[in-house]
Amino acid sequence: MSTATAAKTATTTFASALNTAMSDAMERDPSVVVFGEDVGPLGGVFRITDGLTKRFGTDRCFDTPLAESGIAGMAVGMAINGMRPVIEMQFDAFAYPSLEQVFSHIAKMANRTRGRVRLPIVIRIPYGGGVGGVEHHCDSSEAYYAHTAGLKVFTPASVDDGYRMLREAIDTDDPVVFFEPKKLYWSKAEEDLSALREQYESGASGQDHSVGPQGRARVVREGTDVSLISYGPSVSTVLKAAEAAAEEGISAEVLDLRSIVPFDDEALQRTVTKTGRAVVVAEAQGFVSVASEIVARVQERCFHSLASPVLRVTGFDIPYPSPKLETHHLPDVDRILDALDELQWED
Amino acid sequence: MTDSSTKNTAPEKTAAGPATPHQAVDHEPGHEKAEQAARIQEASRSFGISAEQYMLPAAQQIRLLDPEGELVPEDQQGTGPGHEYPIPEDETLLQAYEALVAGRRVNDQNYALVRQGRLAVYPSSHGQEACQVGAALALGEADWLFPTYRDTVAAIARGVDPLEVMVSFRGDWHCGYDPHQYKVGPQSTPLTTQLLHAVGVAHAAKLRGEDTVVLAMCGDGATSEGDFHEALNFAAVFEVPVVFFIQNNGYAISVPLSSQTAAPSLAHKAIGYGMAGERVDGNDMVAVLATLRRAVRLARENSMPLLVEAMTYRMQAHTNADDDSRYRDADEVEHWQRADPLVRLGKYLTAKGALDDDAESRIAAAAEEVAASLRQAMTAEASNDPLELFEHVYSAPTAQLREQREKLADELQRSTTDQGAN
Repeated sequence: MSTATAAKTATTTFASALNTAMSDAMERDPSVVVFGEDVGPLGGVFRITDGLTKRFGTDRCFDTPLAESGIAGMAVGMAINGMRPVIEMQFDAFAYPSLEQVFSHIAKMANRTRGRVRLPIVIRIPYGGGVGGVEHHCDSSEAYYAHTAGLKVFTPASVDDGYRMLREAIDTDDPVVFFEPKKLYWSKAEEDLSALREQYESGASGQDHSVGPQGRARVVREGTDVSLISYGPSVSTVLKAAEAAAEEGISAEVLDLRSIVPFDDEALQRTVTKTGRAVVVAEAQGFVSVASEIVARVQERCFHSLASPVLRVTGFDIPYPSPKLETHHLPDVDRILDALDELQWED
Repeated sequence: MTDSSTKNTAPEKTAAGPATPHQAVDHEPGHEKAEQAARIQEASRSFGISAEQYMLPAAQQIRLLDPEGELVPEDQQGTGPGHEYPIPEDETLLQAYEALVAGRRVNDQNYALVRQGRLAVYPSSHGQEACQVGAALALGEADWLFPTYRDTVAAIARGVDPLEVMVSFRGDWHCGYDPHQYKVGPQSTPLTTQLLHAVGVAHAAKLRGEDTVVLAMCGDGATSEGDFHEALNFAAVFEVPVVFFIQNNGYAISVPLSSQTAAPSLAHKAIGYGMAGERVDGNDMVAVLATLRRAVRLARENSMPLLVEAMTYRMQAHTNADDDSRYRDADEVEHWQRADPLVRLGKYLTAKGALDDDAESRIAAAAEEVAASLRQAMTAEASNDPLELFEHVYSAPTAQLREQREKLADELQRSTTDQGAN
């Protein structure tokens, strides 16, 4: 596998990067097990676990009865007894029956037992909208989890991050809720997965597997006039908005948080003190949201560097709309540009 | 369902015939049965009974000792083919008696400590000690026990240091013992969630080829929770050796069993999952031990789950914050007083000559020693470190938690300085 000498980039989807990450982790560590609804022979409704049962057998990747609390609760016991479960919640809103297990046990077990029982569980959740999904298939539920102490919350926005961050989540001794923007599943990039694998396994990326907050967020576009802060499914929209803003003479820096918990305050502070203006963009409804938290942190840490109020562009405070109306709800380029216009540029 | 659809289904039922209505659909493609069903068939055949007779509880609860400590005549024990429960040897029963006496002493000592304000709370299992001791003694060393918050005595009987168990009830930390060290899950208050953890522990062991049995405890109220259903179903589907042990003490805080379920018994729920269920007199130590030991053996030998329902009674209020006179009569409590598990086993062992005055006083002294150490430890001032609050949330504290820790450290520092100045 590591015989590849020259870098071989190939068109790689976000989905196949995630699939390879799980398969590589299973190959390396026999305690990694994957289970959930339809993840076996079918490969998951989004095919993210495609081929894992065939390759590793039904002991390592298997279907469960249709019961999310059961999936999460069984993962707790398996983790207590030496396994590293990677469980799939079929859709964001279908994860809600598991919340008692997640909030009351997965998040709290290490603290409850003074670190004697750690639960290295990864809960994979396809989330967000933009795919024309029906109700209960498009929620942005990250705030519920991020609000619960004891959970880590990751959300990749690119193909290479999909690979790296899922490997890291599986290797982390803490429980990680891994939010996969479902609208990115079939997005493509030219990536060399075996190079990513070697880089990860040699420790060149994610050197500290406990995922310290240092350098977690990444600046995906440099700029000087305003910081656009975002994560997960919104990053691609924000990048388009930054391009459009450049045409209007505004140089926007784009920060992809990648990890909501732990939170990278330093990267946030760096970009906002540099630009003096900030807009936070997220799909989730804005009231009491991750976006609200980011604004609060900017205000606490960067107040004297700010040239204008910090704004949010988020979903409206409504239940997720039906497919034909979702474009009105989701933050888009125009709405982000409108927010940029409000940033008191005249002085 | 509309009237017309009801009419449509009626003739089909008749057409299927009353004798063996399910046989025709058993082998329909796309409807294959889980392997567990075949195992149950095989087991029941070996006893010369049907699978249904095997999975359903015996017609009456298993009772080997009557309330006077006399052996119940064999034809009245509730046993039968596929439901046989040989009486454990005297040595084991004596060990159980010792644990019963110690357990009762722990319950009563802790109850007193709550009244003195030395413990934050203590859910007592006074009256249910036979279940507590039976759960612990039925397991082997490599097995796991998942207790509820009321199962302190079970944890202690399993070997957990009593002072470590009491850390949570005193209010020092949520769990004071190392679950891995004792193979005892942490006690906590969400109902029924631990049954799924038990299934997971058994499943992980099975995947590694270990024959670990997990005994998971819950109460009658817990059987109404969704996790009860999910845990039993997962255990049966994955064929893992978990013994689900329900202590049916009649009440979920104040709500009686009659408001909790309309099932013929809680043990009857087992058959719905394709597993065997049994009902036992939970105040008969001999019967509890016999039933649980057999369940643990069957679970281990066949890698399958079983359900045991013990009929027992909580003699004291739910906790110190509860007033049980609001929902039950003194007569009822009095009735159960006569079924006390300690008295019953004590009489039986004494009559058999297995328990004499010397042994009684040795056992009482050992129990008193545990009580004395509890009294001493729980009345001493605790020395908690507030900065530990940040230590265990993640494997390494996040930058935010490090900041918050510094803030609290600074507050503590200033309050010490202020006190010094005054």
